Amino acid sequence: MPTALIVEQLLNGVQFGIMLFLMAAGLTLIFGVMGLINLAHGSFYMVGAFACAAVAAATGSFWLGLVASLAAAAALGALVEVTVIRRLYARDHLDQVLATFALILILSEATRWLFGSFPLYLNIPPLLGGAVALPGGVQYPIYRLAIIVAGLAIGVGLYLLIAKTRLGMRIRAGESDREMIGALGVDIRTLYTVLFALGSALAGFAGAMVGALQSVQVGMGEPVLILAFVVIVIGGIGSIKGAFVGALVVGVTDTMGRVLLPPLLAAAIGPAQASGIGGALASMSIYIVMALILAFRPRGLFSAQG
Amino acid sequence: MRREPILNAALALLLLAAPLAAFVLDEPFYISLTTRIVILAIAAAGLNLALGFGGLVSFGHAAFFGIGGYAAGILAAHAFNMEPLLGLPATDLMPTIWIVAVLICAIVALPIGAISLRTSGVYFIMITLAFAQMIYYFAISWPAYNGEDGLSITVRNAFPGLNTANPLSFFLVCYLVLMAVLAVIWRLRDSRFGAALQASRQNAVRVSAVGIRPFRIRLVAFILSAVITGIAGALFADLNRFVSPSMMSWQMSGELIVLVILGGTGRLFGPVAGAILYVLLEFMLGGITERWQFFLGFILLGVVLFARGGIVGVIAGKVRHD
Repeated sequence: MPTALIVEQLLNGVQFGIMLFLMAAGLTLIFGVMGLINLAHGSFYMVGAFACAAVAAATGSFWLGLVASLAAAAALGALVEVTVIRRLYARDHLDQVLATFALILILSEATRWLFGSFPLYLNIPPLLGGAVALPGGVQYPIYRLAIIVAGLAIGVGLYLLIAKTRLGMRIRAGESDREMIGALGVDIRTLYTVLFALGSALAGFAGAMVGALQSVQVGMGEPVLILAFVVIVIGGIGSIKGAFVGALVVGVTDTMGRVLLPPLLAAAIGPAQASGIGGALASMSIYIVMALILAFRPRGLFSAQG
Repeated sequence: MRREPILNAALALLLLAAPLAAFVLDEPFYISLTTRIVILAIAAAGLNLALGFGGLVSFGHAAFFGIGGYAAGILAAHAFNMEPLLGLPATDLMPTIWIVAVLICAIVALPIGAISLRTSGVYFIMITLAFAQMIYYFAISWPAYNGEDGLSITVRNAFPGLNTANPLSFFLVCYLVLMAVLAVIWRLRDSRFGAALQASRQNAVRVSAVGIRPFRIRLVAFILSAVITGIAGALFADLNRFVSPSMMSWQMSGELIVLVILGGTGRLFGPVAGAILYVLLEFMLGGITERWQFFLGFILLGVVLFARGGIVGVIAGKVRHD
């Protein structure tokens, strides 16, 4: 297999992983600080993509669409937190699963109501169109590289926010002892709303960026949501570092599994059987990795909660 | 006055009376609708054993539902084409198919349970989901039985002495299975095993202190629960005369959890109440508006936020210990 193809697929895997990181970062923060399982996180991803596609179609500018996706996802996140999520913090995980499952139904159907059942399309902005030659003779799309760079920048930004700012200090304090920071006079209710809106905005941003690579449609959030859960469970729930490592593991395993497994199996057992088994194994690969990691480290790689 | 037994009897009678009335009025559609309720109730009753009594929130029970379905579908296809399966003659007799479904579900649930039960809480939810997704993708990409397109069952499998093509006969078969399953779960709940299972949910450390290993109890409960859901899957495939990987999708696992919580977690007839309400809501809202999922979402949200304990909890009050 040519090196160029492997390098290209490796980059695709990293780009996929970075997208998953944007989803998983919000999910893991919300779980770590508020103890909430949010199945509706994928809906914010979808809302971001739709907001971006609609605004880009109306104004002709992808960048305005990107701003709109952040604003729409953050505003919707804040609204949902204040009306529904706030009542769920004290409940057990089962109630949270059911309530956020209900939110998926509501948000998906509402989006279908507003935009119809047909997928929307979002064009890559001209500034990021075209490809760039990488060392080794690979032509790689600039837009995908831009996603990687944007994701890394957001990762660094999140690290600085959490490690260096006052808000980050409160988030970390809320993670370790929420009663205590309440007693010290921090307004936890507002902190939780801000944090939930931040997580939603990250998901919406991821949706908008991916919207230009795929079609924008209802239900696009759920497959990514499941993968984001795999990521945070592998990384250790509540840990941003774990989410980052987990996202890259999942992104690269999934992409490389699809590229490498079928030819490897074909070499081992002959092409006839390999076509079926290779495909099956490739789609199962990330779940196999997850089961292996959890079997040996039941709390993930970088668990924040000991 | 204890209201729960009365509610349970009322639900059992209602489920039996509805298709009989539909039969008299010659409305076969409503017989199928009730059969669907009964089969989903069996699947949810299986999940309730692990989730309600054992506190094991499995987000992967659709895998067992689908495995049961494929057991019925594959055996039926081989029997129809007179092809032996693994050297044995295939069969289209439901009791044999159920035994096969039970055995395969148990064999699959043993390693899944043994690995998953090393974790707890959210990790357990997610690792069961991961295993279900593995099986789901396997079913999608395995070409032997049509992969994603699913497998049709040409003729509904047979039950000795009955014509299962008749909707009412098939309903009665499913209804009897539901009652048998509920009877088994009721006996189990009040047995030493059930006590140990519920005690491990409430306080695993104390259970260990009296010399019972919670892991074993939970593993047995998980396998039993998978097996019951598998039987429901075989019946579901026979009801639709079709089985596809969508029976194993994570949405199906979510729906089963919804049925259990909606009806009342850890209540014997909770899954029955949940299945009745869910299927009726789906059917009635679907008749009124195309956007039924939107309103179903709000109703579910209302149940979680304001009607804790599900339907059985609201009508019969909290669990009594007497």
